[in-house]
Amino acid sequence: MAQIRVENVRKEFGDFTAVQSSSFTVEDGEFFMLLGPSGCGKTTTLRMMAGLELPTSGEIFIGGEEVGMKPASQRDIAFVFQMFALYPHMNVGKNMAYPLLSQGMSKSDARKRVREVAKILGIEDMLNKSVSGLSGGDRQRVALGRAIVREPKAFLMDEPLGALDAEFRERMSEELRALHDRMGATTVYVTHDQLEAMQMGDKIVVMNHGVVEQFGTPQDIYDKPATMFVAGFIGSPPMNFLHFEGAVLENASAVELSGQTISIPRQRQSAQGKLAFGVRPEHVHLSDASGFRGEILSTEYLGTSQILTVNTPNGELKVRTSSAQLVNVGDTVGLTFNQSTITLFDESTGIAIGSDLNLGSI
Amino acid sequence: MADVELKSVSKSFGKDVGIEGVSLKINDGEFVVLLGPTGAGKTTTLRLIAGLEKPDSGEILIDGSNVVNDSPAQRDVAMVFQQYSLYPHLTVRENLEFPLKSPILNTPADVMKQKVNDVAEVLRISHKLDNKATELSGGEMQRVSMGRALVRNPRIYLMDEPLSSLDAKLRSELRIELKRIQAELGATILYVTHDQIEAMTMATQIGVLNNGRLEQFGTPREIYENPSSVYVATRLGSPRINTLPVSVFGGAPDGSTLIGLRPEHIKLFSGQDSQVTRIEHLGDQTRLHLRLADHNIITLTDAHTPINVGDVVAIEPSNPIFFDANGSRVV
Repeated sequence: MAQIRVENVRKEFGDFTAVQSSSFTVEDGEFFMLLGPSGCGKTTTLRMMAGLELPTSGEIFIGGEEVGMKPASQRDIAFVFQMFALYPHMNVGKNMAYPLLSQGMSKSDARKRVREVAKILGIEDMLNKSVSGLSGGDRQRVALGRAIVREPKAFLMDEPLGALDAEFRERMSEELRALHDRMGATTVYVTHDQLEAMQMGDKIVVMNHGVVEQFGTPQDIYDKPATMFVAGFIGSPPMNFLHFEGAVLENASAVELSGQTISIPRQRQSAQGKLAFGVRPEHVHLSDASGFRGEILSTEYLGTSQILTVNTPNGELKVRTSSAQLVNVGDTVGLTFNQSTITLFDESTGIAIGSDLNLGSI
Repeated sequence: MADVELKSVSKSFGKDVGIEGVSLKINDGEFVVLLGPTGAGKTTTLRLIAGLEKPDSGEILIDGSNVVNDSPAQRDVAMVFQQYSLYPHLTVRENLEFPLKSPILNTPADVMKQKVNDVAEVLRISHKLDNKATELSGGEMQRVSMGRALVRNPRIYLMDEPLSSLDAKLRSELRIELKRIQAELGATILYVTHDQIEAMTMATQIGVLNNGRLEQFGTPREIYENPSSVYVATRLGSPRINTLPVSVFGGAPDGSTLIGLRPEHIKLFSGQDSQVTRIEHLGDQTRLHLRLADHNIITLTDAHTPINVGDVVAIEPSNPIFFDANGSRVV
C-alpha cells in the first residue's frame, strides 16, 4: 500500500478544462473521498490517478514514484467501477482468479489467493456459482474481490454503490468501510453523495467546476466550510445563508441583521459589501426573547427531530429542532444562533471570511 | 374531493398476493401515504382505487358508494406517475389544458384558461407556460405533470412515487411544495412511496404495508413513537431501530422476546459496557457503532464527541419498546 500525492494536476479536453489545478495528498491506508456534483472533475481526477487519462500538466506520485505519464498497467492500482463488469461466462471463482492468471500466477496459487479473499468478503460458498444468477450486492462483492486479489498499491473506486438502492447502499457502504478497516488499503472513492462521503471518509476533497474547493476531515469541512459551495453542498439540509449588506471589521464579534445585533466568532479579516451569514440548521434555536424574527412556512416531522422552514427578512432558513417543540405553520418566532458556529462569507467571491472558528482550516 | 374507503380488499395475481384484506379510510382533505418496500402492495392498492385493477373481494367506496364495477373514467380520479409523461411537442399550457379538453369534461375556453393559470401559479411555473415541454428541467417537468392532475377537480389524487426519479435537492424542495399545494387546495391525496422521509414529512396519515397486508395506520408521530410491530418500527427512523434479544439488558415485560431501541433511546455512560467499533461523523451528529455481547448497536452522540474507536462505553436503554416472538408489540 502507498501514499498518493497529486500536485498541480490539470486536465483539458480541447477547449474544456475538466480539472484546473488539483493538489492533495492521500496518506497510506486512508479512505479518501472525492466529492462533488456531476461534471465537477472528480471522475477525471480519479482516472488520472489510475492512468486512464494523462494529465495536461502536473504530477502524480504513488508511493513516492512519479507516475503521471505512465499507463494504467504500470501503476499497480485496482479500479472498481459503478457498473460491475464481470465476465458472464465464468463462474465467481474464475472471475476473481482472472487477474492473477493473466499476471502469470500458477493455478494453485491463484486458487489459494481467491479462497483467502472470498473469505474476507464472505462469499466462499459462491465460488462455483455462475455470476449471472447473483444479486446486485453479490456481484459488487465479486467485482471487489477481483480488485482485492491482486494486492494493488491502492484501490480507486468510481461510485461503486451508485447502482444500488438506498437501503442496500447503506449496508454495502458499511461493509466496504469495515473491509477497508480490516485490510488498511489506501482507497480513493468518488461520489456525489455528501452523506456517503461523510460516513465513509477519513478525508474529503470537495470539487466544483474542476477546482478543489476544500480538503480536510469530514467534521472540519462540515464545521468550517471554506466556501459557500462547500457549505451548501454538505449537510442535509445544508448550511443556511442569511443575506445582508454591510462591513465587518477585523476583531468584530457581532453583525447587524435587520437591526438586530447578532454575535459571531471574532473576525480575523475585514470585509464589506454583499455578505452572507452562514449557520447550520441545528445551530438555530427558537426563542421568544429574540428580536430577530421570522414566520414558519413549513414543518417536516422526522421522528425525534423536525425541520422548520422559516422566512426571515434576510432570507429563508431551515431549523432543526426537537419534534417535542410544538409549532404551527404561520407562527411568528424569534431566532437565536450558536455564536461559535457562525461563518461569514463574501457573496461576490463565495469565500469564507477568516475568523477564530475557521483559522487554519480555510 | 371526497372520502375514499377500502373494506377488506384483496387482490392476487395468480399465486402472488397483491394485497390481502386491506381496510383503510382516506378522509376528505387528507394526505395519506402508503409506505412499504417493492412488492408490498402499494401500487396495487392505487391501481385498485383508480379502477385499473378489479379486486378479488372487498369493497371500494368513494363518498359512500361502492365503485368496484365503475370504469376508471366514472370514478373520476387523477393519477400522477413516477415517470412524467408530457407531450413533448406541446407547450406547458397545452399540456395542462389537455385533460380539460376531454369530451367528458368539455371545459369552456375561458374556464380552461383560468384553471391553467391558477394551477400554474400554485406550482410556480407561470413564467414557463409558453415553453415547450422539452425545454423544462426535470423538476419543472414533474411539476407540470402534477399540474395535469391538479387542473382537474377529481375526487382523489393518486400519486405513485412521483418524486423518486428526481435528485435529492429537488426532491426535498418538491416535498415541501407538494404539501403546501395540498394544504392550499384542500386536496385529498393517496401517495405511495418506499421513502420514509417522504412519508414522515408529508403525510397526515401513514399506512405501512408489508407483503400485501396493512400493518399499521396512523399519524407519522403515532407510527414512529408507537409502532405496532417490529416490521413497522424498522420502516421509520434512520439509522434504523436496534433490535436485540431481551436477555441483553433484562427487565423486559412478560411475553416479550425482543427489545427495540431507537438510536436516540440509548443512554451513554451508565449500564453495560460495550466496545466502540466505528465512529461516523455526520457533521450535525456522530453515529457510534457499538458491540455488546455479540450484537451490533448504533447510537447517536454529540458532533464533537471525545469518544474514540476501541473505547469502552457503558450503555443502557431509555424508552425501550418490546416485541413478542411473532414481532408484535408487547405493551
